[in-house]
Amino acid sequence: MAAFLGLFRRDLSLALRQGGDTGLVIGFFVLAVVLFPFGVGPEPEVLQRIGAGIIWVAALLAALLSLDRLFEADYQDGELDLLALSSLPLELAVLAKCAAHWVATGLPLALTSPFLALLVDLDPGSIATLFASLLIGTPALSLIGSVAAALSLGARRQGVVLSLLVLPLYIPPLIFGAGAVEASAVGSGARAYLLILSAVSLAALALCPWASAAALRQALE
Amino acid sequence: MTRPDLVAEGLACRRGERLVFAGLSFRLPAGGALLLTGANGSGKTSLLRVLATLIMPAGGRLLWGMAPVEAESAAYRAQLDFVGHQDGVKPGLTPRETLAFWAALRGTESSRTPYLLDAALAAFALDRVADWPCRWLSAGQRRRVALARLIAAPASIWLLDEPASALDHENQSRLEQAIAEHRASGGRVVVASHTPIDIGAATTITLDAFAPLSDHAAAG
Repeated sequence: MAAFLGLFRRDLSLALRQGGDTGLVIGFFVLAVVLFPFGVGPEPEVLQRIGAGIIWVAALLAALLSLDRLFEADYQDGELDLLALSSLPLELAVLAKCAAHWVATGLPLALTSPFLALLVDLDPGSIATLFASLLIGTPALSLIGSVAAALSLGARRQGVVLSLLVLPLYIPPLIFGAGAVEASAVGSGARAYLLILSAVSLAALALCPWASAAALRQALE
Repeated sequence: MTRPDLVAEGLACRRGERLVFAGLSFRLPAGGALLLTGANGSGKTSLLRVLATLIMPAGGRLLWGMAPVEAESAAYRAQLDFVGHQDGVKPGLTPRETLAFWAALRGTESSRTPYLLDAALAAFALDRVADWPCRWLSAGQRRRVALARLIAAPASIWLLDEPASALDHENQSRLEQAIAEHRASGGRVVVASHTPIDIGAATTITLDAFAPLSDHAAAG
């Protein structure tokens, strides 16, 4: 447990100290959402209709931006070898790194989303649902992303390979996350969507550390 | 505590299509040392990674006492301290933080950590830079941070890949001193080096001698 917390704390303090990671992700998220009214026009009805989808897609892309850093630095400087030899099973090491990644990127994304929701004129009920859906869904983004980040280690043009691997896997959280906000906007109740989104996150929590650890072992060979 | 020998029987290693070495056997008792030499590409790093269980051997067996290491991999890995040819030092952390993190990750008792950290920093003369971010350190200083892990997270088998690279003469003596003390207390070391290094009485394995003949034919 001490080893798990140690790794979590170290990754988090590295992410926060370098500052770039969280700042870049939030900056990209805000800019991507702000661009849409320029493209589709400023009519409130249009923006209300597509707002939740825009924010969710922007959050996916922003999370994607930071994924290549998840294992790459440890892989390049040899610390991944040492992690694999430590007393902490590699599956738990992946989990600790994902948790730190979520606190440094997913959580700030969820916290920023209500302000962006105001920009696209969502009603207060939808804003609360959007916040809840991102809070529930972003852990799945970090966990699913870790599998792709581990698989693409050492690939040339890692960022591109990573995007191609991970974006199709992000479809389920996107459908149920954006669907929840839509359901809440038309008043049909977002509960079912949020429950399925929770199931997606829990399934990712159960499966992704195993898959990532297997891919990391392969990368170390 | 029993001190089983580390025994290799007919080890072979394959990287991609190429057989790097084959038929390699040795016995490493407590307090013993192996010095791996050989030309570039002869498999020094590969052998160290096989010993660290990071690569599966393509043939032969590695035994810890009587049991194959795969059967006891967690117990065996807990005996290892591996310093690869990369330093594994994060620019954003200080040497003290780096060492404290690895000590925690290796499961060192937290009550012993402060004492071990001071000993590790002193052994490689890092006291002065202990609280600087590692991005300010020179290549030799980073190397010493990597080596100081050996003291901060003690283990009985040291696997060192070119440990003296980037070290000046004085710091190489500090490394040799640390190895001598480790061996005196029953620890064992495996050192791959192409530069002369004094690790005391050691079995020298020249890896060129274990290169498969077919490979020479193919290369020639």
